Amino acid sequence: MTIASTDRVAAEAAAVGRAPAPRRRRGDFSRSEQRAGAAFATPAVVLLLLFVVGPAVVSLAMSFTNARLVSPVAPEFVGLDNFRRAFTEDAVFTRSLLNTFLFAALVVPIQGGLGLVLALLVNQKIAGRNLFRTIYFLPVITSMVVISLLWRFLYQEDGLVNSALSMLTGGVWAGRAWLADPSTAMGAIVVMSVWQGVGFHMVIWLAGLQTIPEEVYEASALDGTTPWERFRYITLPLLKPTFVFVLITITIAAMSLFIQVDIMTGGGPLNSTSSIVYQIVQKGFQQQQIGYGAALSLVFFCIVLALALLQRRLTRDKD
Amino acid sequence: MNAMTLRPRRRLWAYLPMTLLAVFFLFPIVFMLAASLKSDHQIFADMDSFRAFLPVGGISLDNYAAVFDRVPFWRFLGNTIFVTFMVTALGLVVNSLCGYALARMRWKGRAVVFAFIIATLILPFDTTIVPMVYLVANLPWIGFEGVRPVLEVGWLNTYHVQIIPFVVNAFAIFLFAQYFKSLPKGLEEAAAMDGAGWLRTYWRIIVPLSKPVFATVTILTVVTSPATWNAYLWPLMTVQSEELRPVMVGVQYFFQLDTSWGEVMAYISMITIPMVAVFIAFQRAFIQSIASAGMKD
Repeated sequence: MTIASTDRVAAEAAAVGRAPAPRRRRGDFSRSEQRAGAAFATPAVVLLLLFVVGPAVVSLAMSFTNARLVSPVAPEFVGLDNFRRAFTEDAVFTRSLLNTFLFAALVVPIQGGLGLVLALLVNQKIAGRNLFRTIYFLPVITSMVVISLLWRFLYQEDGLVNSALSMLTGGVWAGRAWLADPSTAMGAIVVMSVWQGVGFHMVIWLAGLQTIPEEVYEASALDGTTPWERFRYITLPLLKPTFVFVLITITIAAMSLFIQVDIMTGGGPLNSTSSIVYQIVQKGFQQQQIGYGAALSLVFFCIVLALALLQRRLTRDKD
Repeated sequence: MNAMTLRPRRRLWAYLPMTLLAVFFLFPIVFMLAASLKSDHQIFADMDSFRAFLPVGGISLDNYAAVFDRVPFWRFLGNTIFVTFMVTALGLVVNSLCGYALARMRWKGRAVVFAFIIATLILPFDTTIVPMVYLVANLPWIGFEGVRPVLEVGWLNTYHVQIIPFVVNAFAIFLFAQYFKSLPKGLEEAAAMDGAGWLRTYWRIIVPLSKPVFATVTILTVVTSPATWNAYLWPLMTVQSEELRPVMVGVQYFFQLDTSWGEVMAYISMITIPMVAVFIAFQRAFIQSIASAGMKD
């Protein structure tokens, strides 16, 4: 809104000012371009301010209050109380922070690495590679809600995962309830999440691989290099930009872990799978402690921002 | 290096890992489809053999029939399709117009708006979805009682709360702007000669030349937006009324009272098959869209 109105004021000045490009019907045309440009951008800018910046501002403002969703009492300013509570009293939240970092630390390398392996496999010039691409991509098209329900069933004590393991080990494997055991629940969610998301990153890696011209490989093959050397010294360095994108997108998605936890474990057993977003939804929405939920959201915002900036810096410095 | 010239042993080494991986990616989905046709008793009885993946034994569509008794399936599906369509269609208009203004028009404030959009790309704004519930609960809306407009407060429990907050997308604006920049210069000048205004130029000249980017943004929106086909958390928090709920929230109905896994498998098959069918029909476009998203740097 503000941008559009200041632009209109500035329109006249702009019409006379900086005019490097050739144009006709000078003043009139420029002013119409000025007005149309601002008008075209206005809906997007207004919506971004309202629904993207707005919630962040609300989060910041509410995080210093004890506001509740439905409450007869007006919210009071409580200073940094919510943050103190989050880090010193709320053991479930600190546990959820650690769980989420653990989840990301496992998913990022496994999903990124397996995605690259899949991309290398389906990038071979062999018949049927499109079929394999389609199959590996299929879980991406399937909703995480559906997949979480399906795997919750597969992970049961009398479920398919156990009977498959038992079959592969000739009956030696004794079944276990993967999601009911604190030592295996998070690992089970990691495997399922990689299974669901890896096809997406296979496609991203594949696009990166296909930007490398065939001649580079042919030339180095003539020099007598081994396939491993070609991968290590040609493919990997040339995939650098793709690597940055894959790293950042998987990290942010992993930090936002929610649906799997909500549907498969409800944060349990013994809070071993509770995640940051799961806690934000529990406190800020289910228990209607909007102020506290906002403070947790703000903490989450800062963590994700710091990670994104850190990754950008690390990957840029290597150049 | 063509398949025909590979010797049998090398061909085996190329196909063996790919086939094992294919089994790993397919087995849960095949199991889901097979189990959706079986009774709970049969599902568990078949669990320790390959029968788990085959539609054998007492096969019936009973589970599918039971789904219709448990949830208003067509209503949920209609809601999801409507919301997905609106978010995508409005998004194409709003984001492409903004991308066009940024890429090909000169106006004061453009640099500021561009910087603002880049900033929203980097800052993790998705992290504030719960405070957003509070925000939309207090937004005004003009409703109608018959023909008389009335001012209402609060967007909860409506269609528009599922649509409007997710229309704008900084990444989509960015993709549009990048594509429009690659179009030849002078298109607008030529159109202006013919007396076309800016909107007309955009609609008649730019849009028809930009079908690939519109297809890409459509696919990315449907597959990755938290408000379209996969919408779950947001409608869970903002929509209590059954008539307005989307399909993914519907899974909750299967865990109230008794849970029949056969019915669960039938329901999740029903909400998966439409999307998979669309994917298979437009496979190449899907893969290309995701690939181009990664090429933005």
